[in-house]
Amino acid sequence: MRWLLLKDLQILRRSPLQAALLVLYPVLIAVLVGLAISGGPERPRVALLNEVPDNARVSLSGTKLPSANVQRRICSRVECVHVHSRQEAVAKVESGDVLAALVLPEDLVNKINSLSTLAPGTPKVEVLVNESDPLKAAAVDDRIEALLAQANLALAKRIAVEGGKYLNLVIKGGNLPVLAGAVHVLGLQASARILEAIEPALPRGPLRAALSEVTEFATQASENLDIAGPLINRLAQPIRVEKVAVGGSAPPLETFAVAVAATLTLAFVAVLLVAGSLALEREENAYPRLTRGLVSTEALLGEKILLGVAVGLVVTVLMLAGLQIFVPLEWGRFGLWLAAIVVGGASLAAAGAALGAAAREVRAVSLLAFMVTLPVAFLSLVPSGTVGAGLYDVIKLIAAIFPFKPALEALTAALEAGNGSLGAPLLHLAILGVAYALIARLALRRFARV
Amino acid sequence: MKSFGGLEALRGVGFAAEAGELLAVIGPNGAGKTTLLSILAGILDADGGEVEVGARAVGWVPQQAALYRRLTVEENLMLFARLEKHEDPAASVAEMLELTGLGERRGEIVARLSGGNQQRINIAIGLLARPGVLLLDEPSVGLDPRQRARLWEFVSGLAGGGTTVIFSTHDIQEAERYGDRMLVLADGEALFDGSAEELREAVRSEAPEAADRDFETAFVAYLHHRGH
Repeated sequence: MRWLLLKDLQILRRSPLQAALLVLYPVLIAVLVGLAISGGPERPRVALLNEVPDNARVSLSGTKLPSANVQRRICSRVECVHVHSRQEAVAKVESGDVLAALVLPEDLVNKINSLSTLAPGTPKVEVLVNESDPLKAAAVDDRIEALLAQANLALAKRIAVEGGKYLNLVIKGGNLPVLAGAVHVLGLQASARILEAIEPALPRGPLRAALSEVTEFATQASENLDIAGPLINRLAQPIRVEKVAVGGSAPPLETFAVAVAATLTLAFVAVLLVAGSLALEREENAYPRLTRGLVSTEALLGEKILLGVAVGLVVTVLMLAGLQIFVPLEWGRFGLWLAAIVVGGASLAAAGAALGAAAREVRAVSLLAFMVTLPVAFLSLVPSGTVGAGLYDVIKLIAAIFPFKPALEALTAALEAGNGSLGAPLLHLAILGVAYALIARLALRRFARV
Repeated sequence: MKSFGGLEALRGVGFAAEAGELLAVIGPNGAGKTTLLSILAGILDADGGEVEVGARAVGWVPQQAALYRRLTVEENLMLFARLEKHEDPAASVAEMLELTGLGERRGEIVARLSGGNQQRINIAIGLLARPGVLLLDEPSVGLDPRQRARLWEFVSGLAGGGTTVIFSTHDIQEAERYGDRMLVLADGEALFDGSAEELREAVRSEAPEAADRDFETAFVAYLHHRGH
């Protein structure tokens, strides 16, 4: 077996371009996927044209409210690119420099203020998007809607706070600032106390009874309006989200991205190398010569799987070492990494052997390996709940019968403590490895003799 | 006997070959030549019948060169010498390089060699098993006349050394020139087993109208008379 392994490594060394592609392509794909997953568009670039005057404030009953900092809130969620005209905003959207443009018109605050008058207007903001790309358009819609919902919430909270202050003034009394001075407001509670004090001084009769009713009203109004304060506050955000994690804890995004990148690399190297190497034995017509007494089919398959594991291990560990620059990894768990990479690599290599046994041309087998590995890898990354239940069941089945998903789970668990069990995915990989090796054995017996 | 699905590829074929004998298995395409050699080599299992060889191994040289084109001549020979578990693989490689006359090209990548030289390495690998019987499946296909002559000189030398050589060909003139004996196959059936002269005689008696034509034309007429 060692001489065959040496021969395969010699052939790999003689094909530097193919070897480089075999290593560089998956590493490139893996890094891109890793970056895409870990560094998603958390802060998309959005052009912001704010035409609202600096001193404009939302006012309530003639009193200007403090700024709700809507612009700051928007710019904390997206990367704001400040523009100075609508034309500039349109140009940036059209060129793709920004995902969208948000225009806050000059009369926005006036329209908001008109809501509390007898002639309310409709406050509007303008969103400019380039809808030539439907995916991008949908993403922009979601983002902008979320941003505006937050802006509305901020305004509603500010209004609720100010409304609560006025309500408090009505209940407890105090000074109401008006123009340069202030007007003293007695308040319901003080009114009730004064009325209660006056009531015994009045003679019994209809006047005292009426005063008693007014006193009773002031007391009841004070008590009931006291309850209304928190209600107004809740109206601004009636439903609050309380997130409870069930069904295991998710690994940190960086760790998951590293695991995805490493597993993709391992999958491509192991599957492609083994499939191609096995097909090469047949393309070179060497398979019948080898298996007529020199090497058993089982030994040949074992050698190919060993080749996939060895090269996959080296490339994956080198890649993890490279990723260490960006994401700190727990090298103290190297033994567990090794177990995950070796068992995962063996299972993926066995799948590669099954593919390689199906055809005799290296090019056809390489294409087949790509066509299987790439979609299965991406399907394995589809989270539950993002597609229909029936489709997700199909995806789960596909992901379960190819070793990528369990290899990813094993590597995720191995990279960091608390990322789930390592035993279950290793067992899954071992079962798949044996199954694929048997399929490869049968396929060779069926197709590869002469 | 051998069938592939409903197709009977070989039936009732029997022959013996002596040490140092050059036996040509001839017949048109689809006659069953490769199937017969594959059964003798142990690549295919026969559905019925027996194959008996002496104590020494059977060497097999497939029609298409079975070697690694990205390895050098020496690396190919060394790999198979090691797989054959030779005690001194390097000495075996040197012996084969000497035998094939490719010693000076030992470090060359096989893909860069001519078809003739690739075929010589192909045969040398078959010889690494130190076989008593060497099976050559259409060994001269794709070779130019000069390469062909050198190949047969090499193979004749092996037979001269006591190796039984059984080779298949559809070239009747090559079989006549290099074979000590001929086994004629057509549609999986053995039609004739004997020397070239005996085959000429058989052609004369079976197809007298073609007896005066060249041997290939006469042979085709013979096959036609035999229903093939």
